[in-house]
Amino acid sequence: MKCEELLTLLNEYVDGTVDPAVCEEFEKHMAGCNPCQVVVDNIRQTITLFKDGQPYAMPMQFREKMHDTLRKKWKEKHPGQ
Amino acid sequence: MANQFTPETSDTELVRRAKAGELDAFEALTNRYEQRVFGLAMRMLRQEQDAEDVTQQTFLSVLENLEGFRGEASFSTWVLRIASHAALKIIRKRKGLNTVSLEEATEPSEDLNSIPHPEFIADWRQSPEHLVERNEVRRLLDDALTRLDEKHRLVFLLRDMEGLSIQETAAALELSEANVKVRLLRARLQLREELTRVLGDPARQLIQSHHHHE
Repeated sequence: MKCEELLTLLNEYVDGTVDPAVCEEFEKHMAGCNPCQVVVDNIRQTITLFKDGQPYAMPMQFREKMHDTLRKKWKEKHPGQ
Repeated sequence: MANQFTPETSDTELVRRAKAGELDAFEALTNRYEQRVFGLAMRMLRQEQDAEDVTQQTFLSVLENLEGFRGEASFSTWVLRIASHAALKIIRKRKGLNTVSLEEATEPSEDLNSIPHPEFIADWRQSPEHLVERNEVRRLLDDALTRLDEKHRLVFLLRDMEGLSIQETAAALELSEANVKVRLLRARLQLREELTRVLGDPARQLIQSHHHHE
């Protein structure tokens, strides 16, 4: 396996969906290619960092307004409850 | 009635009870997912008013269509799909594309042969667990996301930040799975490149010509 091929299989490898035979070749290549190994590490860290990042907080005022609207709609849809 | 649901009450149970007409169950579902929907909308649209509109539309649509929800996908996936559709509509309107698919209208399909090669390769100086706490890192992440092409950003948002599968991301964005995969790879590589230039340890940069290595 060459670095270029590894690059095209990167997603499947990182997501754990790569074919086991291909996975073995992938890891063999990485064992002998430090840059590829670091790139794979970097990609994993990048994904983790974005996944664990701070979410945007929803404004409270908007939240209350939305819940009022939803309750009103609900009652229109379920009259008599 | 108000506090009969605990975090352990499953979505399936709440959906069942909301379908049976229990407003409290519907509100519990809304409480559970509104932050996530708002966060996704903010990241897709980067405009608070639009994100609020999308959030409200999403839960109105949930209210209207809950009866038809058969549980083929999880409730969370279903809600995120509704939200991303609503956000896409706004994106298209901004671009003046009302009916055309986002995909074909803007570019020829991409393929794996034109994937840019990693350039700056170095171990990071700190682990993501440490980095995520720092304010300047937060800004770095936002800036890097902003610099992504929209078509790459949307895929990365849904797949990697929201945790949808490739198939679910494709369905939500009305793209082919093949296209989602290529865009995801481009997004991940570009983000890796930008983050590593800042977070990588220059002393440990690997200068070896990656391109020709066998």
